[in-house]
Amino acid sequence: MATIEMKNIVKKYGDGFPAVNDVSIDVADGEFMILVGPSGCGKSTLLRMIVGLEDITSGDMLIDGERVNDLAPRDRNLSMVFQNYALYPHLTVYENIAFPLRLAKRSNKEIDEKVREASRTLDLDEHLERKPGQLSGGQRQRVAMGRAIVRDAKAFLFDEPLSNLDAKLRGQMRTEISRLQKRLGITTVYVTHDQTEAMTLGDRVAVMKRGELQQLASPRELYEQPANLFVAGFIGSPPMNFLPATVEGGEITLPFGTFPLPADKADRTAGKGLLMAGIRPEYFEDAAVQADVDESRTFTAHIDVREWLGDQQYAYVPYDAEPRVQDQLRQLAREADSDSLRTQLVVSLDSASQISEDDEARLVIDTDKIHLFDPASGENLTVGL
Amino acid sequence: MKAWLNRAGMVAGFALILGWCLLPVAWIVSMSFKSQEAVTNGSPGFFPSEGGGAGWQNYIDVLQDDQFARAILNSIGISLIATILSVTFATFTAYAVARLEFKGKKFVLTTALVIAMFPVVSLVGPLFDMWRTLGIYDTWLGLIIPYMSFTLPLAIWTLSAFFREIPWEMEQAAQVDGATAWQAFRRVIVPLAAPGVFTAAILTFFFAWNDFVFGISLTSTESARPIPAALSFFVGADPFNRPASLLAAGAVVATVPIVVLVLVFQRKIVAGLTAGAVKG
Repeated sequence: MATIEMKNIVKKYGDGFPAVNDVSIDVADGEFMILVGPSGCGKSTLLRMIVGLEDITSGDMLIDGERVNDLAPRDRNLSMVFQNYALYPHLTVYENIAFPLRLAKRSNKEIDEKVREASRTLDLDEHLERKPGQLSGGQRQRVAMGRAIVRDAKAFLFDEPLSNLDAKLRGQMRTEISRLQKRLGITTVYVTHDQTEAMTLGDRVAVMKRGELQQLASPRELYEQPANLFVAGFIGSPPMNFLPATVEGGEITLPFGTFPLPADKADRTAGKGLLMAGIRPEYFEDAAVQADVDESRTFTAHIDVREWLGDQQYAYVPYDAEPRVQDQLRQLAREADSDSLRTQLVVSLDSASQISEDDEARLVIDTDKIHLFDPASGENLTVGL
Repeated sequence: MKAWLNRAGMVAGFALILGWCLLPVAWIVSMSFKSQEAVTNGSPGFFPSEGGGAGWQNYIDVLQDDQFARAILNSIGISLIATILSVTFATFTAYAVARLEFKGKKFVLTTALVIAMFPVVSLVGPLFDMWRTLGIYDTWLGLIIPYMSFTLPLAIWTLSAFFREIPWEMEQAAQVDGATAWQAFRRVIVPLAAPGVFTAAILTFFFAWNDFVFGISLTSTESARPIPAALSFFVGADPFNRPASLLAAGAVVATVPIVVLVLVFQRKIVAGLTAGAVKG
């Protein structure tokens, strides 16, 4: 049980490039903290600095209030699950799990008790005498977790532990990790690039980009109140739609029409010129499936492609944007590790909607939930509204 | 039917290859059990003809021969020392090559390769002169040095290829698990590197054990002469009538240590021991 405090942590490599730049995060005792971001954002580096495998250029790393910057990994008493598991191939599963205890020179009886307990927790009993090479990916993953939980470490650190598993197993292990963490109540820092993991597992999520902390908040807050364009675009799947917008006289003008905007949002954004409107796919709906439609918020759109998923469906509506806006959208997509090939609107529709492909459809937009961003700074102008 | 044909074809193929490879060996073994007279008179059968068998007599004669016993001792000693030194140096080099980024890394590897390609025979003359000047002609050291330098490249290349395959993340995992740098090396890296080291050691030992060129040209007496060279000096009583069956017995004796060595270390050289350490 421990708290982990990071104060203005900086990591610079030989060429002076800051891989992690002035990051401050407090992890409370027993908290499940997620570090998420596109590849190369410094999340793994930060984790490796917590555990001591990477030197800290400047700033303070405190575990339980004690400064650990200069402590070797073995003196920090943290346990870590590596992305590729890093199991010891020459040892049996039993010895793999027992390894940290053997190093700590515990008695054989104590080791046996703890290993059996860990193996029971992780359902590894029948594999104890096998070597890692004979195990499946999911089993190896559990052995790596067993090695982490067997000793009373102050905190667990996970470095993208599920990225090597197939989708189905990943879902199972995600639940398993969540259950285990809740049961053991141990402080956990978990690195991932997968936003589903980030949203489902974390008590709080730290979103990073290019070594800098973008937002540190609960998953719900990240989704509903993104601090800037990057967080808004990174969190959510399919991602938030970004559209050029201008606000004037309580109305917002989007590429496909002008709609009324709530007064508080309009007040903050009026007269600021061209803005970026962030609209999640589910803020749209097929007007045909909704009762009492507000006519002022509807527009007709040409549906290009429709994807039916059973519980819901996605429709794609291409639109033309001026080059300046297109450039910025492309830039955003690059930062979030995704590609946007064309400017199009992704719309989430009720599964009952009968809209067909290559057809005109009447859609409703919920302007109450629109976010408006300053296109230059990326800052969300409508935070808290 | 098709599966049966496949199987039969495979067995026939194996038999053919085995026969091709083992025929000379079998022939030498068969000859080593024939008496000298039988060989001289012509003894065409694989098994010794009636009255032409020598039993174990040839082996007893070979092993009781002082020269031969001395040659075995020389071979074992020289090959072992050369192997140990070569593998030790190669391990250090390969570790550095695999793990560290340093200037001249490519140069080291290329130089090693060039040495390995150098025709051994062309060095015999210069070495002969140098060794006589230095006073290490016809000594163990005089053979250990060339064996070492010619096996080092092979050992370095084998080991660095092997070390590159070791997932070094395990060293970090061990440190997080509470190991000191030394413990991580001792308990995780060494066991993983061992098969590679054994492989390199066996290859090196083969080279030293089987060498004939240096063995015959850098020695003059039995004080350092290794088995392959000694066998060629093995003339027996009549210099014009070489004791073929004795030679055959000697050749078998010289082969046995290698076979034993391979059998002993075969289990250590398990390719893919690192399988399962990491995903992929």
